[in-house]
Amino acid sequence: MAIKKFAVAAYDDEDVLFPAVSKVRHSGYKIHDIYTPFAVHGLDEAMGLKTTDLHIAGFIYGLCGTSTAVGFISWIYTSDWPINYGGKPHFALPAWVPITFELTVLFAAVGMTLTMCYLNQIMPGVKKHVFHPRQSDDMFVMAIELNNHTSEEAVLAFLRSTGAKEVNVQVAESGWWYGRWDKKEPYEALNPG
Amino acid sequence: MHLKYESFVREPLVDNSKDYHEVSEDIVSPIERKPGRMWYVGFIFSLILLGFGIFSVSWSVYWGLGTWGVNRTIGWGWDITNFVWWIGIGHAGTLISAILLLFRQGWRTGVNRAAEAMTIFAVMCAGQFPIWHMGRVWDGFWVLPLPNSRGPLWPNFDSPLLWDVFAISTYFTVSLLFWYSGLVPDFALIRDRAKTKFRKMAYGVASFGWTGTAKNWQRMEALALVLAGLSTPLVLSVHTIVSFDFATSVIPGWHTTIFPPYFVAGAVFSGFAMVNTLLVITRRILGLEEYITIGHLEAMNKIIVLTGSIVGVAYLTELFISWYSQSWGEMAAFQWRIMGPYWWSYWAMMTCNVVSPQLFWVKKLRRNIPFTFVMSIVVNIGMWFERFVIIVTSTYRDWVPGSWAYYSPTWPEVGFYLGTFGLFFTCYFLFAKYCPVIAIAEIKFVLKTSGENYKKKMEAIDAMDAQEFIDSVHAHHGEEHHEVAAH
Repeated sequence: MAIKKFAVAAYDDEDVLFPAVSKVRHSGYKIHDIYTPFAVHGLDEAMGLKTTDLHIAGFIYGLCGTSTAVGFISWIYTSDWPINYGGKPHFALPAWVPITFELTVLFAAVGMTLTMCYLNQIMPGVKKHVFHPRQSDDMFVMAIELNNHTSEEAVLAFLRSTGAKEVNVQVAESGWWYGRWDKKEPYEALNPG
Repeated sequence: MHLKYESFVREPLVDNSKDYHEVSEDIVSPIERKPGRMWYVGFIFSLILLGFGIFSVSWSVYWGLGTWGVNRTIGWGWDITNFVWWIGIGHAGTLISAILLLFRQGWRTGVNRAAEAMTIFAVMCAGQFPIWHMGRVWDGFWVLPLPNSRGPLWPNFDSPLLWDVFAISTYFTVSLLFWYSGLVPDFALIRDRAKTKFRKMAYGVASFGWTGTAKNWQRMEALALVLAGLSTPLVLSVHTIVSFDFATSVIPGWHTTIFPPYFVAGAVFSGFAMVNTLLVITRRILGLEEYITIGHLEAMNKIIVLTGSIVGVAYLTELFISWYSQSWGEMAAFQWRIMGPYWWSYWAMMTCNVVSPQLFWVKKLRRNIPFTFVMSIVVNIGMWFERFVIIVTSTYRDWVPGSWAYYSPTWPEVGFYLGTFGLFFTCYFLFAKYCPVIAIAEIKFVLKTSGENYKKKMEAIDAMDAQEFIDSVHAHHGEEHHEVAAH
């Protein structure tokens, strides 16, 4: 993607974060993203994010599994190689329920997980910028994208007034890339510390 | 500001005053330091068992299944007994993580990670038995519906044994996805804390580059909820299908409609016992007593007494129905179970599964850790005998008295069983060393409603009069709006 400049505010309590999010949004700043150590319920709503349609994808994958199982078994038993098993009918739907159910679950689960990884852009080998070393531990970290017109001092002072424990300006790659986590990226030299 | 409140009737899920950082510290630090002597002793012992298992299996494959004690009358023996036993144990993890998630049971957060890991390892062990029971294991791929040059001859989709192939492989895959998707954010925590280069790199790969953005968490939660919804019928279907292996056969003692629910209850029973066995040791060695509290163990003991009683009712129902059917074969099968040459296995099952868990009605015993540990092992001995009773004592006296037989295992069968213990504990020791044994992100999520220190803060609210409380909330909200307006 691109290397950009961000104002970063780290909060130590989600109960401080929520009012801060609404203040930042009311003031017209665009939140790049908020990084939290666990799923904070209601944060997506507070940030104005839409709900996810992942479960609809799951439903469609499930239907694919159902039709694969029923279609495949019925094709084999009625046309490709019909075998008489103890006089049971060739089209023995009740006996196929277990396999059909299992394939439905399998397709839905695998499909949804892969879709989640794709949408969230996570994969072994993927690297992203970490704004705060404790954003996965106990800090709730908000990043606001800066442009040439915004005054850094004003933004930082404002973020401090919302209750942030730490504020700073960072240059960061905004997207993801392939890389090793033990290696420093060239752009990181631009940041203090 | 949103209000979090939980009744005082519920005991805290996390003891002592903990904040988010202390939670990370407590759970991750065992991964960051060198393992203790106990870990090495246990791990090496597991590897030795695993090695002996590999030797026994190699011996069985090289010389053929004639090295086993099974014969034409009793074809399944220890092998399938162990298969059903392990697969039953492998039911607790998904039950805890999926069904208890849907029922909003907060206490699952302390135990779900270890239980899910245990499930995956138990299913791995279970899978070995049908595979090596094939004898000519190099033809094992014949169970898969692959295009082939044998006709094309497809597997029998109407057969419960093939349903098993699909059920167990699906169950393993879905459990693995569920478990690993929960591990990803916790691996990211270890990565961000890592001081050494290698740890940073390895956990960087394992964490898939997770950074925990709001949108990522939203999708992750959506996935967890749907996976829970899918796993709930899945976990019930797996042991139902295993029970079909027996229930669809026309053999006295097997041909009963009670089998699916009775197998599922038995699976939960033995699975929770295995979770207790592991957690009693894990919480002690890793010092996690504040997260896996006595309350957690008690909750699992309650499920053990419930499912144990269901299993007991099922045993008695079987006996009643065999008499009520007035079918000679049915009545004889159960009479021989109780009083035949295998009477000891029937009574071991009855004592361990039905009588002893009833002691858990006593609260003192439910909350007693040494007693819980002993009981958890007794239950799994009982459940092993249940499968032995079903498999061996239903078949050893079949329709032709001339082919009645007695069966005892040979050393490769016993070695194979011991080898799966080796596999199970090797995996578990590696898991306990390299993965957070408690779901850190989920514990943090419940910390403010169920942590002991946070619950204490609610005392003031509890003492408040209702109207007073409403006023205080309104006053607070007014303040907040005022501040926003000022900007």
